[in-house]
Amino acid sequence: MIGNWLDIGPVTQIEPGTARTLPVVGGEEIAVFHTMRNEFFAIVNKCPHKQGPLSQGIVHGDVVTCPLHNWNISLRSGKALGDDEGCVPTIPLKVDAGRIYLLRSAVIGGDDQAEAA
Amino acid sequence: MNAPMNFEEGRPAGHVRERLVVIGNGMAGCRAVEEILARDPGRFDVTIFGAEPRVNYNRIMLSPVLAGEKTFDEIVINTQEWYDDNGITLVSGDKVESIDREHKRVVAASGRIEPYDKLLIATGSDPFIIPVPGKDLDGVVTFRDLDDVDKMLAAAGQGGNAVVIGGGLLGLEAAHGLNLRGMDVTVIHLMPTLMERQLDEAAGWLLKTELERRGQTILTGANTKEIVGKDGKVAAVRLEDGTEIPASIVVMAVGIRPATGLAREAGLDVERGIMVDDHMVTSDPSVLAVGECVQHRGMCYGLVAPLWDMCRALADHVTENPTGYEGSVTSTKLKVSGIDLFSAGDFSGGEGCEDIVMRDASRGVYKRVIVKENKVLGAVLYGDTADGSWYFDLMKKGEDVSDIREALIFGQAFASGGALADPNAAVAALSDDAEICGCNGVSKGQVVSCINGGAHSLDAVRSTCKASASCGSCTGLVESLLALTLGGEVESGPKTMCKCTSFTHGDVRKLIVEKELREIPQIMQELHWTTPDGCASCRPALNYYLLCAWPGEYEDDQKSRFVNERMHANIQKDGTYSVVPRMWGGLTNPKELRAIADVVEKFNAPMVKVTGGQRLDIFGIKKEDLPAVWADLNAAGMVSGHAYGKSLRTVKTCVGSEWCRFGTQDSTGLGVQIERMTWGSWMPHKFKIAVSGCPRNCAEATIKDFGVVCVDSGYELHIAGNGGIKVRATDLLCKVETEQEAMDMCAAFIQFYREDAWYLERTAPWVERVGLQYVKDALAAEGAVEHYAARFRYSQQFMQDDPWAKRAAGEHEKLHQHLAEVRPFPGAKMENA
Repeated sequence: MIGNWLDIGPVTQIEPGTARTLPVVGGEEIAVFHTMRNEFFAIVNKCPHKQGPLSQGIVHGDVVTCPLHNWNISLRSGKALGDDEGCVPTIPLKVDAGRIYLLRSAVIGGDDQAEAA
Repeated sequence: MNAPMNFEEGRPAGHVRERLVVIGNGMAGCRAVEEILARDPGRFDVTIFGAEPRVNYNRIMLSPVLAGEKTFDEIVINTQEWYDDNGITLVSGDKVESIDREHKRVVAASGRIEPYDKLLIATGSDPFIIPVPGKDLDGVVTFRDLDDVDKMLAAAGQGGNAVVIGGGLLGLEAAHGLNLRGMDVTVIHLMPTLMERQLDEAAGWLLKTELERRGQTILTGANTKEIVGKDGKVAAVRLEDGTEIPASIVVMAVGIRPATGLAREAGLDVERGIMVDDHMVTSDPSVLAVGECVQHRGMCYGLVAPLWDMCRALADHVTENPTGYEGSVTSTKLKVSGIDLFSAGDFSGGEGCEDIVMRDASRGVYKRVIVKENKVLGAVLYGDTADGSWYFDLMKKGEDVSDIREALIFGQAFASGGALADPNAAVAALSDDAEICGCNGVSKGQVVSCINGGAHSLDAVRSTCKASASCGSCTGLVESLLALTLGGEVESGPKTMCKCTSFTHGDVRKLIVEKELREIPQIMQELHWTTPDGCASCRPALNYYLLCAWPGEYEDDQKSRFVNERMHANIQKDGTYSVVPRMWGGLTNPKELRAIADVVEKFNAPMVKVTGGQRLDIFGIKKEDLPAVWADLNAAGMVSGHAYGKSLRTVKTCVGSEWCRFGTQDSTGLGVQIERMTWGSWMPHKFKIAVSGCPRNCAEATIKDFGVVCVDSGYELHIAGNGGIKVRATDLLCKVETEQEAMDMCAAFIQFYREDAWYLERTAPWVERVGLQYVKDALAAEGAVEHYAARFRYSQQFMQDDPWAKRAAGEHEKLHQHLAEVRPFPGAKMENA
């Protein structure tokens, strides 16, 4: 089981209400979010609208507002909210004993998922 | 059920009872025995091993013992007589060292060997000790058993300072007890919210405020680096940021871990806890386990309520009437007298979840119920927990709440009141003399006659009879009265700040000052925000209003800043940043130009451009390179140009009398002076200044927020121009004779704008909204210029501190660095950045 999950370090390295990035060589950069409600999410760091870096947006609830054109993206589903349409791939994430794990296949296969979305 | 039963019912004399050995004399072990005895008292010969040298007591009541609210005798669950009466052998103070499953026996520290037919492991959990230097010093204790409490009481007897590491349930209870015992207590909590597993930000803030009021020091977001000792005894706790807090005792209460050592060594299946099935049976059918040491369906529990259900299922199983345990939904209450706090279920929100929030600032109440698909998913209550068990019950039963949805947040009494379940109906049922607005003493009858008198909107009611015009907590009632009185005719009032509040920007600004609100969660509580943590519109606005209202006191909230202001650079469409160093009045020199050229080459910036504000913009810088770029620019004496902020941008100048044959005054020199005075100030929106040396106006001062046009006899001061989407030429504010007067008026105007305008309102629309005369009158009043200019200069002493230099020195480095990099080769490996 452990081999399927990629340990990306302790939860404390991401302040609540912020995100940090995880570049993937040959793949899509991933944004890992820590919400103020103390949940963690990972999505591809590209807004479905004009590829804005979602990791740099303001986080409120389980939503991030894209810094480029204020699209609101659900961190849970990756879907654009409100009248906007689009979806960004999500990466399965789990927190165990204070560390964050991403599903290895989703991290490595970020590219395929992005095309499929 | 593999122990052979040799005899029929009735167990004739000579029957040998099965031997049940229990490891752990705590709440779980003893409760399990009680449950078994209640079902079949004759089935087992019971031996209980306890590591502590005493009878079984109620561990969760240790907090009241520490606080002096209970004595040990009062929290004993089972006295020695209970063991004697039930023929139970209690081996206390003798720890079981190993389990020999092959021979079905346990070995204790004393060498005592006890054979079993059934073994029950109820070892509970161990406190987690954070691995920092000094953790083993004398005076560092945990909060788990009576010995710990005795150590804390001994320390409290000496007085002095106590540090509690961990702001969860246990840590706060320890802190409360030590505080009551007269110690100066500091709580150090790693996360920004106290009890973050049980509370959301809003409730955590209320709790923190209350504990601080009681004299405790609460440090959130604080990381312990070392426990400092002196002569082998604890002396202080040092944080990662270097702060040192003196301490004669340190209580480590950061969490617990299932105590699985014995089980693991005995070869039982163990993950985080000892793996058990629905009947509390481990991977060995003769060995059972119960309590905090087990892992059931992936869950480990650290609360008492699940124990009861586990023990029931265990007893049903060993007495051959299996029922099974299906996991528990837990709720939490903090046992700190005078603080009512309840949390249950999932309150993190999510897809399809709806938050129902009610805040009552005057009573200090915050309630949040999370509903999904018409079912209660979770609840957080602070200040009024009377309905906690009701919400918990609705949640556990998964009841459909669609019928009582409207009144759910008001509690059981209200929601189950039939007709009263409709808030409008409830308001309609009030008598005419019922008080609606407590702050201003307005009755229902008065509000209704005010509405009938023509006040057809919330705002009109507020300005006419003052109902809901102060704290706003009765806004909902007034809206109900409007709806009842007018039917569908209610006029919508002025635009509220955002969907999170019924207040306008103006209301919020006024109330922040009047009520002395000093933190974002405090505003949200006092002004009854309808969301737990605001949105991308209100958070930046509130952050600015607080920064403006409490200069030098309010701590800027980075997570409420728009990306550019958080990163101190301008984000571009490809996600890179552009960097604009400040060039005072548009002046530069070879050293600065060389430094810029070097940065461009060193970081491969693809473009450099001269901006409209007379400086140079370096494009294409990656976020992780920003601190290094700034360090290089700082080294040449340059600071942030704030080209990214709702702040003072540039002061554009022409060359003026020093060079120009038409120049009337030293416009360049004045521009530099103005920029030195105003740089670094945060504003409602971006703010541009220009100084032209003569009416030919080469610096385009008449389309700036503040423009100076020099003339022979002095300086014309213009305001509220804009060259953006909607071009607006400035209005003439006044004419002054000296540079000093021009500077003072500039400072005063900026401060008035900072304090009066709404967030994201440029000077042009602001002046259009409030009227030029309003601004003129405000600044023409006796002493007004001095007053506002002084306030601006006071505020500036906290702002003129180059943000680039701080970042280059490592502040907020997490904002710039990647977490790591993934290189997906076979057996992908992580490289920490």
